[in-house]
Amino acid sequence: MMNNPDAAAPPAIVVSDLHVRRVRIPVLNGLSLTVPSGRIVGLLGPSGSGKTTLMRSIVGVQVVDSGSIEVLGLPAGSPALRTRVAYVTQQASVYDDLTVRQNLSYFRRMLGAPASDIDAVIARTDLTSVADRLAGSLSGGQRGRVSLAAALLGAPEVLVLDEPTVGLDPVLRVELWDLFHRLAADGATLLVSSHVMDEAKRCDRLLLMRDGGLLADDTVPGVLDATGTDDVETAFLRLIERGQPDLRPEPGTEAAR
Amino acid sequence: MNLARTFATTGRVLSQIRHDPRTIGLLLVVPSLLIGLVAWMFTDTDVFSTIGPAMLALFPFIVMFLVTSIATLRERRSGTLERLFSMPLGKGDFILGYALAFGFLAIFQTAIAVSFAVWVCGLEIEGSLWLLFAIAICDALLGTALGLLASAFARTEFQVVQFLPVFVFPQVLLGGIFLPTDQLPAGLEAISGWLPLTYAIDALNAVATGDEDAEWIATKLLVVVAWIVGSIVLGSVTLRRRTP
Repeated sequence: MMNNPDAAAPPAIVVSDLHVRRVRIPVLNGLSLTVPSGRIVGLLGPSGSGKTTLMRSIVGVQVVDSGSIEVLGLPAGSPALRTRVAYVTQQASVYDDLTVRQNLSYFRRMLGAPASDIDAVIARTDLTSVADRLAGSLSGGQRGRVSLAAALLGAPEVLVLDEPTVGLDPVLRVELWDLFHRLAADGATLLVSSHVMDEAKRCDRLLLMRDGGLLADDTVPGVLDATGTDDVETAFLRLIERGQPDLRPEPGTEAAR
Repeated sequence: MNLARTFATTGRVLSQIRHDPRTIGLLLVVPSLLIGLVAWMFTDTDVFSTIGPAMLALFPFIVMFLVTSIATLRERRSGTLERLFSMPLGKGDFILGYALAFGFLAIFQTAIAVSFAVWVCGLEIEGSLWLLFAIAICDALLGTALGLLASAFARTEFQVVQFLPVFVFPQVLLGGIFLPTDQLPAGLEAISGWLPLTYAIDALNAVATGDEDAEWIATKLLVVVAWIVGSIVLGSVTLRRRTP
């Protein structure tokens, strides 16, 4: 199993019996899960499985029908969480008619983060060479990194990242995953969604989603072991065939369910 | 509410516009060009001296309404509004930040429009030019405030563009330009008495003819200001952090 120095640390995110409809169609139907603190948790599933809805609910911008979500011990969307939880939407949410630096400088003021954070996050996301260009003139991958850089401002404790590596070249993707691991090593909790199954191997734990429910909540070796496969894509198919989810939450967090 | 975040938002909106020189040009010049067109149309008549002041109310109002409502809608569509609402920015900070930014632009736009109407088109003003300027600015601000309110309701670009006829055209039709308000059927006269543009046009006409004293004009202006404040407050209350 994973190294788990402080199993006593309370989970970063606890979702219980969450029901959400979007445009009257149920997307999440009684979803419950926990995200342990200080881990990189991969949220994987096909498009339309409810990943974005779950993430929006966790950051408190989604209208929720019923159920509860606690983030860092507070109800999701609490004012106190707005500087502690960062959210990166799937589509880069930056101002195209501002430079990279102007974008970050504005978001920094919103968060009340120190001014030195701007250069730090530009360097971390490898945007130094384009820092004074308009965001609208950048490539899709670069714009996505500006969006990610904005989320790193003010050293948030929980990062909710919706498909942050889509469309990136493999070298950059590896660099970003290194960055995610450094953030987690510094104590941050990351919930990272992807529909690319082989990104799963870079996560500490996996949440596999399909049709608004959980297929698996386990470590990567755990999922592979439970399904007798050696890649996550096949494991996903096996779990669907089997019709029984592989739910083995991290010890010490299952009590929260 | 947090003034630092409000002003940061104002500054951000202004730097966005600064990167778009053509928008600045259109924003500053279009109302004046339209006023010039009206003046030219009626060169051989004395109509412009009657409706000229109302044109100062009309064109900045419409332009500011359109620009503001689309700017805030763009924020919603680009996902930046969702990002901001996951941050500590208050709804009031957001709306007021936009109102201040576009209010600032309205000052320049109106100054150009008033100067153009008076010195180029020869609009005769009996009363104080400063008062005329102040009313015209309030009127452009009214366009901004109603634009913010409309965009708080709108979900798509299509809806925003439809809100222009809904929010603006009745005010233009019933404001006293086409027919003096006291000649309207009783029901419409009552409605006209509720619409802010009617008050702005009354005030501008009064300054132009010099018929009324400053106190009378101030009461009219007060109604316009109340509408501005009301729209901004209602706009911030209507915005939702959580969306379906």
